[in-house]
Amino acid sequence: MEKQNQKGWLYLLPALLFLGIFMVYPLFDVFVYSFEEGYNSASQTFYGIGGYNYSYVLHDAYFLQALKNTFILVIITVPLSTGLALFISVALNSIKPLRELFQTIFFLPYVTNTLAVGLVFMILFKKTPYSEGLINLLINCFGGSSVDFIDGPYWAKMFVLCFYTVWIVMPFKILILTSALAGVNPVYYNAAKVDGTGRLRMFFKITLPMISPMLFYLVITGFIGAFKAYSDAVALFGTNLNAAGMNTIVGYVYDMLYRDSGGYPSYASAAAIILFAIVLTITCINLLVSKKHVHYH
Amino acid sequence: MKVTLSHLTKIFPGRGRGNKKKEDVIAVNDFTFEIPDGKLVGLLGPSGCGKSTTLNLICGLQKPTEGQIFFDEEDVTQLTPQKRGVGMVFQNYALYPHLNVEQNIRFPLENLKGADKLSKEEMRARVKEAAGLVQIDELLDRKPAELSGGQQQRVAIARALVKLPLVLLLDEPLSNLDARLRLQTREEIRRIQKETGITTIFVTHDQDEAMSISDLIVVMKDGVVQQIGKPQEVYDNPANLFVAKFLGTPPINLFDGRIQDNALLIGEEKVFTLKDAPNQPVHVGIRPEGFTLSKDGVLSCHLSRPEVMGRDISIVSTHPASQNPVVRSIVDAESCEHLSGDTVRFSLNPRKVFLFASETGNRIPFETL
Repeated sequence: MEKQNQKGWLYLLPALLFLGIFMVYPLFDVFVYSFEEGYNSASQTFYGIGGYNYSYVLHDAYFLQALKNTFILVIITVPLSTGLALFISVALNSIKPLRELFQTIFFLPYVTNTLAVGLVFMILFKKTPYSEGLINLLINCFGGSSVDFIDGPYWAKMFVLCFYTVWIVMPFKILILTSALAGVNPVYYNAAKVDGTGRLRMFFKITLPMISPMLFYLVITGFIGAFKAYSDAVALFGTNLNAAGMNTIVGYVYDMLYRDSGGYPSYASAAAIILFAIVLTITCINLLVSKKHVHYH
Repeated sequence: MKVTLSHLTKIFPGRGRGNKKKEDVIAVNDFTFEIPDGKLVGLLGPSGCGKSTTLNLICGLQKPTEGQIFFDEEDVTQLTPQKRGVGMVFQNYALYPHLNVEQNIRFPLENLKGADKLSKEEMRARVKEAAGLVQIDELLDRKPAELSGGQQQRVAIARALVKLPLVLLLDEPLSNLDARLRLQTREEIRRIQKETGITTIFVTHDQDEAMSISDLIVVMKDGVVQQIGKPQEVYDNPANLFVAKFLGTPPINLFDGRIQDNALLIGEEKVFTLKDAPNQPVHVGIRPEGFTLSKDGVLSCHLSRPEVMGRDISIVSTHPASQNPVVRSIVDAESCEHLSGDTVRFSLNPRKVFLFASETGNRIPFETL
């Protein structure tokens, strides 16, 4: 028995070694950095240990802006993209002709580069001295006045960011949900039909519980993904996100490390730990909620 | 409620296009039958004979290509399954895995709308009644995954019965149960059907099952109804070779024979003298219980071995004209005392002997002199 155990650990060793060096150690190090005050990465020195980094970050207007942006993004895009993806998947599942074609079309954004898509969105939404942008032309068509979505008011920029995020995350969700829906044994629907079940009730009482594990998976990963948003904002508003007022938490971390205000690994670490705490809390809440509503078979 | 099927036909179009198109499959072919109120009817046939399709047509999950279905006098052919109000038990039970037993049974009741809508109290009473009928009162808060096959089956029956359907449909209800439970459950189904008086149609490929509990059996093959009748009648008077072969354990013994000058010959032995029979080659079917040992019997077989079955003895022998490898006959244990030598001679009971046309397999009635 002893020997068996030793063998087991031996087999696990390579994986554990890599995970330890490249996952556990950096995580731990970030945690340590976040408490080292005035850490200088060049000289590897610091003045003292304490909560100053957190206090600085939490009082930084840029961080608060990033926090607000990230929360708005999460609260709007996660339910919206999951709901829309569910709707589209159910619709896809109920049509027979051209289903494959539509599936392909809906999946295309997933294989398209984020920055390329961002460029297209900019062309659609941006207002320049020479052109109004396609969306503004449409708005004008219906009698509205032009809005600058890229350099204009906050709500317009936020709208574009949310729109873009939903658009970019939906294909994967549709893919997962269509396969989950296809995996529901049709005999349950037949039984429900014979029992006189209406379509709506069939959806809420049979379809939803049956695909709930997948749905839950998408919600959790959706939350985590949205909290970690960064590249989407860059694709739309350029790299100077603080100036645009559209920074995200991850963006703030990046800026603290590398951009012109950069060279502050301690602040970056503190911000990263705060993000980690938020994501952990939300995921725990999700898990608690799911206990009641997710059915694993 | 009386269920009437009128020229019911279901054709599944063949797949593919142009030259590659496969032939259409006629799953049910011109099925006409009136199922009397309150009877238990067994649809019997080998796999792929169209019996499950017939059931799906009756409950509305599939639409017939042609023909009509009537519940009493009402034409329900175009109604959706939701509006037909039948109860159905599926082969794998189709219990909703995320609901417990009580919620599963209550599910159909919660679908009722308008004037039929029930209060919570009424629902609870109905669920209790249905659960009591199939004796699962103690399992109400379990999930389907925590039940044995037999218990799941009872829950499925309770769910089908709870809305008090006028027709109950069972698709291979016993096929997922072990042998002992199967015997027990089929008695149970019979009891429940008798207690409720619901017109019940059940599908099976097991002739024992169909024979033992049905009021009427319908034997099907390749979508075509072969014979309809009371189990004993169908057994005693099979309409054709297929029905004769399909019913009965041990199966019927078949011989190549012919009618010549009003004599029925098996091989070269004359077994019966017939009245007014045209000369023709025939299949001769003899039920195992149609043989009696007798010293001067008309049919002589080569004895392989006797098999003791307790009350009876099964004599296994061979005959050159036999279509089966062995001839199996069941005789009284007492009559075996003078069983000796290589050859056994049997006399035959003409009521257990059937003649079938060698081309069509249709039954040829005959009278002996």
